[in-house]
Amino acid sequence: MIDHPQAAEIFNEDEERVNWHDKSLWVVRQKRDKVASNVKGWEELRELASGIKAHTLSKLDEYLIRFESQAIKNGAKVHWAADAEEHNKIVFKILNEHNAKNVVKSKSMLTEECGLNHYLEKKGIDIVDTDLGERIVQLAKEPPSHIVMPAIHKKREEIDELFHQHLNTELSGGDEVYLTREARKHLRQKFLNADAAITGVNFAVAETGTIVVCTNEGNADMGVHSTKLHIASMGIEKIIPKQEHLGIFLRLLARSATGQPITAYTSHFRSPKQGNEFHIIIVDNGRSKHLGRSEFRSSLHCIRCGACMNTCPVYRRSGGHSYNATIPGPIGSILSPGFDLNKYSSLPFASSLCGSCTDVCPVKIDIHAQLYKWRQVIKEKVHKDRIKNFVIFISSRIFAHPSVFKLSSKIGNLSLRHLPQTITNSLVKGWTKHRMLPEVPENTFTEWYKENRK
Amino acid sequence: MTVGLFIPCYVNQFYPDVAIASLELLEKQGLKIEYPLNQTCCGQPIANSGFEKSAIETYNLFVKNFHRFDYIVSPSGSCVHHVKEYFDIIEQTDEVAHVRSRIYEISEFLVKILKKENFNSYFPHRVGLHQSCHGLRGLNLGKPSEIIGEEYSITKKLLNNVKGIELVDLDREDECCGFGGTFAVTEEAVSVKMGVDRINDHINHNAEVITATDMSCLMHLEGIIRKRKLSVKIKHLVEILNSTN
Repeated sequence: MIDHPQAAEIFNEDEERVNWHDKSLWVVRQKRDKVASNVKGWEELRELASGIKAHTLSKLDEYLIRFESQAIKNGAKVHWAADAEEHNKIVFKILNEHNAKNVVKSKSMLTEECGLNHYLEKKGIDIVDTDLGERIVQLAKEPPSHIVMPAIHKKREEIDELFHQHLNTELSGGDEVYLTREARKHLRQKFLNADAAITGVNFAVAETGTIVVCTNEGNADMGVHSTKLHIASMGIEKIIPKQEHLGIFLRLLARSATGQPITAYTSHFRSPKQGNEFHIIIVDNGRSKHLGRSEFRSSLHCIRCGACMNTCPVYRRSGGHSYNATIPGPIGSILSPGFDLNKYSSLPFASSLCGSCTDVCPVKIDIHAQLYKWRQVIKEKVHKDRIKNFVIFISSRIFAHPSVFKLSSKIGNLSLRHLPQTITNSLVKGWTKHRMLPEVPENTFTEWYKENRK
Repeated sequence: MTVGLFIPCYVNQFYPDVAIASLELLEKQGLKIEYPLNQTCCGQPIANSGFEKSAIETYNLFVKNFHRFDYIVSPSGSCVHHVKEYFDIIEQTDEVAHVRSRIYEISEFLVKILKKENFNSYFPHRVGLHQSCHGLRGLNLGKPSEIIGEEYSITKKLLNNVKGIELVDLDREDECCGFGGTFAVTEEAVSVKMGVDRINDHINHNAEVITATDMSCLMHLEGIIRKRKLSVKIKHLVEILNSTN
């Protein structure tokens, strides 16, 4: 498996594409700034949302049970899944009991995390992602590269080609109106033939047992209303205590995500229609373990808006796939190591620690500080880079002892000044391919100071 | 008032002019400045690489060197931020707490402690301000563009008082330059691309000089500028503030 720096280097081989990708996301960040600045008390809203999430996580067990009992009262069937495997099995069992073969699914990062599509496909079920971006990456057999805009890495022309291959459309040169119409036709057929609908969950209200799903395409509603079976999958952290809290999060979510005041559809699902079934699967899959890590707990505040991706200068220039994780970008880089420390050990280092993610986050997760903390954990537990570890050890000795520091500074300066450039360049490879080393002055400041002030 | 000057290790080595400008600028305000000769580093390069425990001795040395001053001043928002934010892993003695609360990035020290905003500086050039992240988002030297609220910027205020200067507007007023310590080397491709994009933003607005509160950003940008033989120059904020007619 290649790590983030390698994947990012490959992505950067096509500079024009990097520029395009960077700009596409930067535009979204700018839209977010504009609509957020129209909200009076934006920073107070963030504070409030963060506080509600922290409170909820501190009593998560109580709220989950409350939610379950309310949902059951509403006529929903509630299932608990400890991990991805159990979740997938539950989904299949429900589908199987209803003899459902054709399934439409609206956006859900959790089912992505669980590998649900792949699992159901192997069981002979036709599962179709109905969010347009998700459908595009599904046809391309790729994972989403962004949690809100799954196909943001694809150009119109590439989608044209993809639809031509899979949906028998005419090549249109990337005509977005034509392509969208064709996608609607294609998906409409899927909705009409569907036996069951799967949705994600943006918020689960403990007080009422309601789940709330936000989409722009209405595809969650379309699926639920065209079938008799609705399965909603949610992580345990999706709970909010009361209905009155919902407005706070809804005001933040779409503005942070895409710069819209609100998503086109905010769908509240409470009770199934008579004769229909409504199942809610509550999934842990590592979350309760993460809840126990106090330093990283607040990463569970995340409402999956993707603002940290849009703002991240590294994400914009390395692409979502370079993270090789279900959730890419800054938030993914602090969530993923909790799932698999070895596999995702390069992610907390895929950041300049600029802190933009922290300042943009609508629920105030201190993302950059957690990246820093994961680095400490990784260097303690994943010792793979012996040379770098040794270099750090030596520099820690140098910095701790002034006399050694002075001597090594002297040697460093002399070598940089007098050794042939071929040698110095190879000493600091990684810096010098695209950058010059600073010119070495005659004297250090210390030397100047001793001569001029002491 | 006793003031200790902390000069980041790489500034001491590669950019003594920035250290001299810091010292002179502070001295011009009538202060007696001491530069403790046993200083080395704030420990950030080690800690950011994931080895903060190995940096503990360096942290202790830092406190030993600087606890006796009323204020500690440094021409680096990044180092100051590190001391304030991450020296929490050593025992919080009175000395440690003193150092962490009394350390200032130089422009903040000038404005907030000395209450001075004008230094009779003269710098007749078109200048682009690169807002170094740790100073901006870590020390609140200005309002980051992500935060919704009233605009303010200590650094812009100081630059606007420089005679002859023309500050240019940028398309992205506070995007990271891509230095990020060891990130510059471990994530070379992205780091360089970030640097190139930052430089182009300044060049596209006809900046002759890029300035910042951190020399590390400028060292990275200068490395790219010189490699590509571009004409834009770099100057630390204190060099501009210390320039006179």
